[in-house]
Amino acid sequence: MRDKISSSPVLSVVSKILFAPIIIFGLYVQFHGDYGPGGGFQAGVIVAAAFILYSMIFGLSKGETLVPIMINRYLMCIGVLLYAGVGIVSIFLDGMYLDYNVLSSDPSTGQHIGIILVELGVGITVATVMIALYHSFASFGEIND
Amino acid sequence: MNFLLINFFLISLLLVTTFFIFKTTSLISVVALTGAFTLLCSAIYVNLDAVDVAFTEAAVGSGISTILMVMAAAKLPEGKKNKLINLFPSIILAVAISLILIIIIANLPLLGDPNAPIHLHVVPEYLKESKDFFHIPNVVTNILASYRGFDTLGETIVIFTAGLGVIALLTSNTLNRKTNFKKNKKNER
Repeated sequence: MRDKISSSPVLSVVSKILFAPIIIFGLYVQFHGDYGPGGGFQAGVIVAAAFILYSMIFGLSKGETLVPIMINRYLMCIGVLLYAGVGIVSIFLDGMYLDYNVLSSDPSTGQHIGIILVELGVGITVATVMIALYHSFASFGEIND
Repeated sequence: MNFLLINFFLISLLLVTTFFIFKTTSLISVVALTGAFTLLCSAIYVNLDAVDVAFTEAAVGSGISTILMVMAAAKLPEGKKNKLINLFPSIILAVAISLILIIIIANLPLLGDPNAPIHLHVVPEYLKESKDFFHIPNVVTNILASYRGFDTLGETIVIFTAGLGVIALLTSNTLNRKTNFKKNKKNER
């Protein structure tokens, strides 16, 4: 069941070609979210789509070697903690929770830093949760000892 | 004029898709058609100049959720055709809900009306001062990450919790461990 998915050479070649551009597009959406449409949520989903495509074509176990399950779960937590941590840091810098003004000497730069960090946290969490969802759905019902 | 034409075209396509979603009995085609439905929705959002919403709808609605639904459909046992159920209650419910919605739509402010309640509260303030203060041109990002930072933190935690729930429910390791545990207990006896 696990590795019987890949069959056609067209699919595997096309997904190999597409893998890097999808991730680059995801990073573009992530870090260009301040200037155009996009942001953490969309970028996370796009990056996750690349990994899901990989494990759909090459089988679940190869996908698991690319993104090990435990690392994926740690990253899920790290994303949320990064977001919440920005808030804690702003408390320690004499601001209020999630008040980005105090992150830098110039309030506008502080807002920039805060928004980028927060969006990064959102992106990491969304991407890893989507990968985890796919893996749980795909491996559901398998018997492994 | 162009705006109206494009909207009319997209909405009639939506209606056609909805009709076929009703008509098909195959699960995979329903999933594919629902993907097409959300893609059309995102085209409508682009037409309404809500690019960020359209982007999210295209990525999440027609991308990831279609994949997840396909995965879920593939796990279901195949070959079972739905029996014809009594449609009468659902028809009455559908007609009642659409009547309520039509009455509500009649009372909504017109599209792009500057005096609509939503444009009079905090939106003018956000639009006026956010660019000067943040130097970030995308107002949506400003509202999402800065003005409404708490909401977004909550959303992220919701996604995280949903992921945790699915992992806890579906991951086979935990299930196997439990059954193994029971087996071991039985062997001990």
